[in-house]
Amino acid sequence: MFHAFAWFADRTTYGVLGLDASTHIANAVHFFVDDVTKIFFLLVTVIFVMGLFRSALSPERVRSFLEGRSRWAAYVMAVTLGAVTPFCSCSSVPLFIGFVEAGIPVGATMAFLIASPMINEVAVTLLLTLLGWKLTLLYVATGLAVGVAGGALVDALGLERWVEEYVWKIRVGAAPGGARRLSPRQRAAFAWGEVSDIVGRIWIYVLLGVGLGAVLHGYVPEDFFARWAGSSNPFAVPLAVVAGVPMYANATGIIPVAEALLGKGVPVGTVLALMMSVVALSLPEMIILRKVLKVRMLGFFAAYLAVAFVTVGYLFNVFWV
Amino acid sequence: MKQIKVLGSGCRSCELTARLLEDEARALGVDVAVDKVTDMGEIMSYGVLETPGVVVDGHVVHAGGVPRHQAVRDWLLAP
Repeated sequence: MFHAFAWFADRTTYGVLGLDASTHIANAVHFFVDDVTKIFFLLVTVIFVMGLFRSALSPERVRSFLEGRSRWAAYVMAVTLGAVTPFCSCSSVPLFIGFVEAGIPVGATMAFLIASPMINEVAVTLLLTLLGWKLTLLYVATGLAVGVAGGALVDALGLERWVEEYVWKIRVGAAPGGARRLSPRQRAAFAWGEVSDIVGRIWIYVLLGVGLGAVLHGYVPEDFFARWAGSSNPFAVPLAVVAGVPMYANATGIIPVAEALLGKGVPVGTVLALMMSVVALSLPEMIILRKVLKVRMLGFFAAYLAVAFVTVGYLFNVFWV
Repeated sequence: MKQIKVLGSGCRSCELTARLLEDEARALGVDVAVDKVTDMGEIMSYGVLETPGVVVDGHVVHAGGVPRHQAVRDWLLAP
């Protein structure tokens, strides 16, 4: 199915632009055209299909799924729902208050907030097409596990005390509207709205990510990363996690970069650690969550994710050959 | 005059929503007062879990994301 994009990239690079296939620039341009066309085609298709499903799934329903569950069931459901429902990070605060107020454990809420940015349909589709199903499964499974373990840890250590006091005093009004009942036509309109909304928000990250991937792919010597970030360097994994914090992109932007890095021989664990750190550990998200969480909780949150990603990186570098 | 409240913590989408409401109201010649609500307690009292939310004359008409132009026109022109 994806031969069409490679064919188109061949035609553009060697035909229309007349570049010599053995040059750096031809390599980079081919990577860029192939990935950009493929990614945008997939984005539109997948977001539309998921939008049809999601038109029936409001945050109020997520909350009612989670209410009154046993702890472990709540963690698992929280990360699963976090994975299928991407919320704008600007909604983190009302979501947090709404969940906690409904009696959902703080840990389950944190699990939801960890999983939501890391795993979504866009990330999964890109992973599948660019990196294959094995890495996709790995990424999703470790992302869910990091979410569940993080939530369990928050509750086990009794970290509710690091939630701002005013949160417990807020009284949430009755949810407006109730269940959404939409006609097929309205569902399609909703799904198209999702497409223009999400693509409009992330296209720049896609271009930047693929552009960076193309430069890495075309110009960086084959052994450069193998030498500096290869398995012989024990600090490559923590460095990858640290490098990921100031880079604020969503999963869409980082996956083409990961593709190029893997192609240059960087070990799988190091690449996974970088990807997760870029996507989940971000300063803007922390600043938003500061409204409901004390600084100590944010410190714990960041430290936990950093340790978890470093562990994931080492584990895969050792066991995945 | 319609009393409109935009619920949100001051994120970009909230700013866009408030501006969209004001622009549309001016274009349609509807008299409105658009008020940005950033106090979390007040936002939550409306039961909104996703921001920005829009409240028209005390009723929540929208939550989550910048509303569509057509929806905004419908709220403004509703009697």
